[in-house]
Amino acid sequence: MVAAILLQGEEVAEHVAAVPNWFVEHTWLVVLLPLISAALTLFLGKRTPGRGSVYGIAAVGVSFVLSLGVLWQFVQHGGATYESGVAWFQIGSLHVGAGQLVDGLTAVMLIVVTAVSLSVHIYSIGYMHGDQRFTWFYVVLSLFTAAMLNVVIANDLFQLLLGWEIMGVCSYLLIGHWWEEHVNSSSGIKAFLTTRVGDVPFMFGIFVLVAATGFETSNIREIGEVVAGGELSIGIISIAALLLFGGAIGKSAQFPLHVWLPDAMAGPTPVSALIHAATMVAAGVYLVGRLFEIFVHAEPYVLQVVGVVGGITMLGAGLLGLVQDDIKRVLAYSTVSQLGYMVAIMSIGPIGRDAAFFHLFTHAFFKALLFLGSGSVIHATHTNNMSEMGGLRRPMPVTFWTFLIGAAALAGIPPLAGFWSKDELLVGASEGHEVLFVVMVLTAIVTAFYTTRMVMQTFFGAYRGHGHPHESPVSMTGPLLALAGATVFAGWLGAGPVGAAFFDWVFFEEPEAVELVPWVASLSIGVAFLGLAAGYAVYRRWQERDPIRSLGPVYTLLENKYYLDDIYWKGIIRPIRDPLAAAVYWSNQKVLDGAVNGAAGLTRVFAKVVNAFDRGVIDGAVNGAGNLAGFTGGLLRYIQSGNVQRYAAFLFTGVVVLAIVFTRI
Amino acid sequence: MSSQEIAFVIVAVAGTIGAFRVVTARNVVHAALYLVVTLSTAAIVYLLLAAEFVAWVQILIYVGAIVILFLFGLMLTKAPIGREALDNQRRGVAFVVGLGVFGGLFYLLQDAFPWEASDVEPVQGTASSVGTSIFQDFVLPFEAISFLLLAALIGAIVLSRKDDAP
Amino acid sequence: MIRLPLVLTFAAVLFSTGVYGVLARRNAVLVLMSIELMLNAVNINLVAFSQHLQQVTGQVFALFVIAVAAAEVGIGLAIVILIYRNRETINVDEVNLLKW
Repeated sequence: MVAAILLQGEEVAEHVAAVPNWFVEHTWLVVLLPLISAALTLFLGKRTPGRGSVYGIAAVGVSFVLSLGVLWQFVQHGGATYESGVAWFQIGSLHVGAGQLVDGLTAVMLIVVTAVSLSVHIYSIGYMHGDQRFTWFYVVLSLFTAAMLNVVIANDLFQLLLGWEIMGVCSYLLIGHWWEEHVNSSSGIKAFLTTRVGDVPFMFGIFVLVAATGFETSNIREIGEVVAGGELSIGIISIAALLLFGGAIGKSAQFPLHVWLPDAMAGPTPVSALIHAATMVAAGVYLVGRLFEIFVHAEPYVLQVVGVVGGITMLGAGLLGLVQDDIKRVLAYSTVSQLGYMVAIMSIGPIGRDAAFFHLFTHAFFKALLFLGSGSVIHATHTNNMSEMGGLRRPMPVTFWTFLIGAAALAGIPPLAGFWSKDELLVGASEGHEVLFVVMVLTAIVTAFYTTRMVMQTFFGAYRGHGHPHESPVSMTGPLLALAGATVFAGWLGAGPVGAAFFDWVFFEEPEAVELVPWVASLSIGVAFLGLAAGYAVYRRWQERDPIRSLGPVYTLLENKYYLDDIYWKGIIRPIRDPLAAAVYWSNQKVLDGAVNGAAGLTRVFAKVVNAFDRGVIDGAVNGAGNLAGFTGGLLRYIQSGNVQRYAAFLFTGVVVLAIVFTRI
Repeated sequence: MSSQEIAFVIVAVAGTIGAFRVVTARNVVHAALYLVVTLSTAAIVYLLLAAEFVAWVQILIYVGAIVILFLFGLMLTKAPIGREALDNQRRGVAFVVGLGVFGGLFYLLQDAFPWEASDVEPVQGTASSVGTSIFQDFVLPFEAISFLLLAALIGAIVLSRKDDAP
Repeated sequence: MIRLPLVLTFAAVLFSTGVYGVLARRNAVLVLMSIELMLNAVNINLVAFSQHLQQVTGQVFALFVIAVAAAEVGIGLAIVILIYRNRETINVDEVNLLKW
């Protein structure tokens, strides 16, 4: 195994060998291109032929090629990590940068994101054809892709946070794409707010980490060095790890914040495929994996918490998938359950981390495939409900076969990708984590069962609907075929018998050896076929009343989603929202309006006072002066008698007086 | 009290009575005639004071012209020849003022000028001496007076013209 | 020689009488006559002082005063006649347009 060599560079990169490293050095282009295409689509989309889809497809297509180049050069350099960046901003002593951290994980994630995003972009030409907000859809799709790619290559926590939040906003926008229906917009809000509840501890986790470094840096690698250096108290590290995990719980729809993902199915199916199957929900898992240094150096109970949360999620969501009629909801709960697998396995340590990423890698492909396939079915039958489908394998063969491949991968049937990744998970859990192992096995049975149920109800039996389903256009079946191919072949990357190259690229400090453990493999194949057979037996013929209902009270519990939504609504949201809203309303009416009206009233009183003062005092003074002048004049005018002799009298009197005064004094 | 003084006192009394009658006569023409008396007594006083030129000029101008003017004025303005009251209501005030004026003047002059007799020769106010004084020392006032008379002449004519539109 | 204060007293009497006449008479011509009395009193004063001061200047000025008085009477009567023409009266009490 090659030891990791760290390359650093701000402007100047040092090369290990004379091998060109252009793709790796310019990994940031992968992020920039979708961003540019988002801007182009926004400003020029409506005028472009095809209403703007060409920019996104071109940009993501080029990004996909670049991602392949990055992986290729990464492997050529012997798996050396490359980091470069620029200074972004500075607060006091904290220097925040932004840049790219390119290691095996990054390269693999780039390929996943760009591949799925490209498939979705092409698929949406057909699926969203004629939609009134077609161009805007592509704008947000490209923006989302850029944000997710940014999260993947981020070398700084704040850069990661930026992409994280933009993804949240894009998710909200896309879920509520058809916001004219109230249920769509409220689903969007639910998704946004629920992930927000997870984002707050995440942000505080970042702050704790930055503070722990002494407010020097928020660079991921440097923080990892500080944490590993052993100078920080383990309590601080544990707190930071738990807070960061909060963000993962929200974004990756783990218990208890999983409630948004099923409702997010209100968005268009391509959105569900991209965001809620392959990429955004994977970001939580990616976060834990990227910052695994912190989790490893925290108190052991932190990882135990991670495991417990993942375990509850995977089994709970799996059971919920049994009772859904909406095909997309089955897939949604399946996604939550599979994410639970990834989160749970991380709790066992570095091996678990690598296994989780391998499962994330394969899951992205076959889940996107399943969602796009369901979209094709929905497009043809104009309904989401499986009770109105049936027998679609004849009118829609391409969809049927690709869907079948995806379903088999999900159930864990070899030699498809899902088998290899699930096998890795079970192997990891089998050594020392018995409880987790048992839960995983149970969940695998349930997974196989509901997958079979879904396939049987949709594609077998007689058609129960009212339309005329036919195969989807090439723009939609093309990506299906591509993803099916990936599902078949991607798994071989991590298969023990063929070298497991994946684990040479994605590792934590040391690459792990991967080998096939026979008893685990046999067990996983066995439970997969067990669940499949059970599903086939129960659902071979269509029954008006779903056989699941015979579970009785368990069914009721599952149908109401463990009453979690009700608990949240009645126990948390309503008690906060209603009094809060009432209080705000009251304060607005009484306090704010009161203050404003009071100020106005005061001003009126003041105005009256001023008026009185003006009239009484000032005008009084002025008028008084005038009146005084008039009064005195009125008195003095009597001197003006018009009689000259009277004037002469005064004159003579005055003369005499003056004469005496002047001569005698 | 020399003989001149006695003569003077007699003349002064006559003049005083005349003056009183001027201001109290009920008949305006009588008032004008009493004015003649007073003016004549003034001329006699001038003679007693050895100012012969002034005395004769007084008679000429005052008695001879001014009084005639007064009489013409009275005639032209239809002076009331009757028993109407010629005094206004301010007689009281006027009396007081007049008394006050006299009182003030008397008080001043009796204090300022000597009551003793002096035996200096009075300057002869002959025409030649007055004329010499005018044309040697007071030519400018003399010319000014002539201007004044001219202005008064023109003014009187202008004022008393009938206002016919030209 | 006539003692000066006597002459001055006589002049003062005439003057005061003239003042009374100016203030008390209603007929404008009579007022003018009273003014003549006052002017004559002034003349007597001037001549008395001329004798007292052994100069002929007083008499010269007395002549001037007589000339001025003549001019003044002429103008005065012209005005009186004008007033009579306009107002049919020379009662000074009735010529009071400047009254308030």
